[in-house]
Amino acid sequence: MADTTVYLAHQFQDADQQKEAATLGMWVFLATEVLFFGGLFTGYTVYRFQFPEAFALASHRLSVVLGTINTAVLLTSSLTMALAIHNAQSGRRRSPVAFLTVTMLLGVAFLSIKGYEYHQKFVEHLVPGSSFVFDPRYAREAQMFFLLYFLMTGLHALHMIVGVGVVLVLTIRTTKGRYTPAYYTPLEIGGLYWHFVDIVWIFLYPLLYLVGHHA
Amino acid sequence: MKHEIVPVKVYVGVFATLMALLLATFATDFVDLGAFNVLINLTIAVVKALLVVLFFMHIRYTTNRVVRVYVGAGFFWLLILIAYTLGDVLTRTASSYTP
Repeated sequence: MADTTVYLAHQFQDADQQKEAATLGMWVFLATEVLFFGGLFTGYTVYRFQFPEAFALASHRLSVVLGTINTAVLLTSSLTMALAIHNAQSGRRRSPVAFLTVTMLLGVAFLSIKGYEYHQKFVEHLVPGSSFVFDPRYAREAQMFFLLYFLMTGLHALHMIVGVGVVLVLTIRTTKGRYTPAYYTPLEIGGLYWHFVDIVWIFLYPLLYLVGHHA
Repeated sequence: MKHEIVPVKVYVGVFATLMALLLATFATDFVDLGAFNVLINLTIAVVKALLVVLFFMHIRYTTNRVVRVYVGAGFFWLLILIAYTLGDVLTRTASSYTP
């Protein structure tokens, strides 16, 4: 029996119980994250039903190619995150660090592409406010679309920034050999967060970028 | 200790499916299917999210049923929120809508 005193908090009977408590706790937190994003998704749904034409026109001003690339980037980062945990479970020392680093880099790549898109929106006067320029027939409704676009992707980007920070800490600790096949709970929990942020984007992508067809 | 280690080929298979679904969604954007565009896109999004939850987030392999209940409840409440909100907004008439 390995020495568990290093990582086992005194209130738990064994490592399994501790891991189950941590997993359940993380899912409770993720449920509150669904609440957090849920209000915005609901607001989006209501306004899309009210202004279908304006939402389609406004959505066409987004770059569907960049949105698709970013989705692919995030899905790939979820794979590398899962593989990092898999390798830690199998007791490998170096490959989890490599996979975590790639995950972080993909997160930064996502944020960079997102930043470029934001920049484009500023240049094209598509940021809600006094300098917003759009087909006057739909200007007010289109502003609502872009307000939701910036709020939803902005909140998501904030989560991505936090996620990159979390993975950075996990990478450093993995380098120091803190995680073993018997104890890798922080990796598992950090992974849950990363995948959740991926899921939010999985819904943002069709809702914001794919409104009506582009042909 | 029984922590099931998910084989790499499962992860890679799930990833390949996710990418195929992404390409499918992207492709439908160039075809006008009317209301079915939204329907297909959202169905694909739900399937993608399910794959991530079940395999990447290990819910398929968890032995703890309480966790499963929390996951289900966490997402199900959002359906309630959206359904009830739309039930209100979409059935408003002009007379009940005046401020």
